[in-house]
Amino acid sequence: MTALLEVSDLRVQFATDDGVVRAVDGVSYSVHAGRTLGIVGESGSGKSVGALTVMGLTRAENTTVTGSVMFGGEDLLALPDARLRAIRGNEIAMIFQDPLSSLHPYYRVGDQLVEAVRTHRDATRPAARERAVELLDLVGIPDAHRRAREYPHEFSGGMRQRAMIAMALANDPKLLIADEPTTALDVTVQAQILDLLERLQRELGMAIVIITHDLGVVAEVADDIAVMYAGRIVERAPAATLFDAPRHPYTWGLLGSIPRMDANRGAPLAPIAGRPPSLISRPSGCAFHPRCPYVQDSHTRVDPLLEPVAGEPGHDVACLLDDSRRRALWAELDAVRGGAAA
Amino acid sequence: MSATVSEPLLSVRDLVKHFPITEGVVRRKKVGAVRAVDGVSFDVMRGETLGIVGETGCGKSTTARLIARLLEPTSGEVRFKGEDVLALRGAALKPLRREVQMVFQDPYGSLNPRKTVGSIIAEPFAIHGLQTGDGARRRSVQELMEQVGLNPEHYNRFPHEFSGGQRQRIGVARAVALRPKLIIADEPVSALDVSIQAQILNLLRDLQRDLGLTMIFIAHDLSVVRHMCDRVAVMYLGTVVELGDNEPLYARPQHPYTGALLSAVPVVSAGRRGERQLLAGDVPSPADPPRACRFHTRCPKAQELCSREAPPLEDKETGTLAACHFPLGQPASGSASSSSST
Repeated sequence: MTALLEVSDLRVQFATDDGVVRAVDGVSYSVHAGRTLGIVGESGSGKSVGALTVMGLTRAENTTVTGSVMFGGEDLLALPDARLRAIRGNEIAMIFQDPLSSLHPYYRVGDQLVEAVRTHRDATRPAARERAVELLDLVGIPDAHRRAREYPHEFSGGMRQRAMIAMALANDPKLLIADEPTTALDVTVQAQILDLLERLQRELGMAIVIITHDLGVVAEVADDIAVMYAGRIVERAPAATLFDAPRHPYTWGLLGSIPRMDANRGAPLAPIAGRPPSLISRPSGCAFHPRCPYVQDSHTRVDPLLEPVAGEPGHDVACLLDDSRRRALWAELDAVRGGAAA
Repeated sequence: MSATVSEPLLSVRDLVKHFPITEGVVRRKKVGAVRAVDGVSFDVMRGETLGIVGETGCGKSTTARLIARLLEPTSGEVRFKGEDVLALRGAALKPLRREVQMVFQDPYGSLNPRKTVGSIIAEPFAIHGLQTGDGARRRSVQELMEQVGLNPEHYNRFPHEFSGGQRQRIGVARAVALRPKLIIADEPVSALDVSIQAQILNLLRDLQRDLGLTMIFIAHDLSVVRHMCDRVAVMYLGTVVELGDNEPLYARPQHPYTGALLSAVPVVSAGRRGERQLLAGDVPSPADPPRACRFHTRCPKAQELCSREAPPLEDKETGTLAACHFPLGQPASGSASSSSST
């Protein structure tokens, strides 16, 4: 099966007064139709910049982008702006964290949807309006006819995110990139939106890339998960494998940092020491080494590659510890966490 | 909780805060009120952590500000160590200010950018005229910095030189400087990355143990509240809908809203999908809350009675108090309804 989206060795650098920020530093992944890839990372891990670059939204004078992003037989990075605009919002759509600042406050929601439709299609105004109402209905906005005539400020947070999703779906995209789509929402609304994304994927068969800092969100919706740290993917695995048998100390740290609903609550959390590194001066060797509890001398010099884990198809990890040691360490950590097997 | 013999450190009774909605520029006319907090009662025992959870607009932060006397309540009673807090005026408020301290959500907005960290943490001493003499004050501040995990040598640095997690440590140091009895932490980790969040949660737990603090911990994240709190109050539209010990509340929620909230929390492990119990629609406006039980418009178990009569917060004999006519009951017997499946 050929991938719908194939990102290879993507690098994004920003020249700033303080130095060159290497926001994305050699990232490769692929997404297949009907599948959901979750990209997890903390602030400054490069997860959003990577997605924006796929959409051609980081094209600026101070930015250097290398690598390739293959979509439908074309390298998106090499496309001229006009051609990219034809794909963006049409075959690839994106939704953002903050639905209020992504909607224009001055125009009615329906009119903004009409514009999204008419930018890419030769639709008459009434036909586009009909489509807009149909889209609002599809994303579960009650009384869509009336709501289409309202302004964004008349919508609640969850309704605005639904409207954004409706706009993204305007032209039946093959790929939806969702950048922290539920971060600004309350937990019950988040559940509604995640449910909506899953339903739409089932009905429309599109691929989804969901970018988030929340491991719970990817656990709910992603088929595959990539964990990013300092501009690179440090671990990638099918969702079940990532939670049952993670192999990277950073992934362990993330899992140990969150209070779990099924864990023993007397136990202290096991946070990761220190904080994420500056992307201007990446640590030498393994970028995680200053925070890694299992660091060895050589790790400060050798740069780990993302390599397959033996015997586990689809599971890759960039760590210099040897595999048997990693297995033993995880078994120990898992036991300490109260053996909270789900 | 009825078994506790000692009198509560803090007791809140029928606390109400209505923010007026006015119209007109010259002659301001009151046309309504946002009922942010509408009859909230609870006790906080010495040494315990009471969690307040709820979604945006439920009144949890307003409640915190009322207790700390940062806002004046419309009516109700707040007793701290048996003394009526709301009767205090002017200089009589000073001891309360010393014994009740707040930690805020935004570590960027709650520190004065023009002051050094040393003077920010020393400010409580200055206000209360304690630790006079530069040497003594500086020593106390550096001890505090050490205690919250900051490098005491960074005494003369400014807030912008610190990361988000370190800034929150500064906020915590300032809050514990005067050895308060009660700390009110309002979403203290919501703005932080997961790995940093765990560091601050551990710090708060350690300080509470070491200093014998009583804490009110406000958060929207149910797994964080479960980890931190002995007892939990769940708020919805300005009222407490369920209140009880941590364990029974999470294991056997009685109020349908608590049940829905718990089932909406993403579980960080693979393989759990499609069991979310979704609430229909949005939270109604607190300016015009539903009559009787405020949750009846979204409640899966609502019956005619719920729109006629407000249910009192009463003991449901499962370990929690709940304000519901038709509580969820024991998980085994509640099979007719979809109670929390987490």
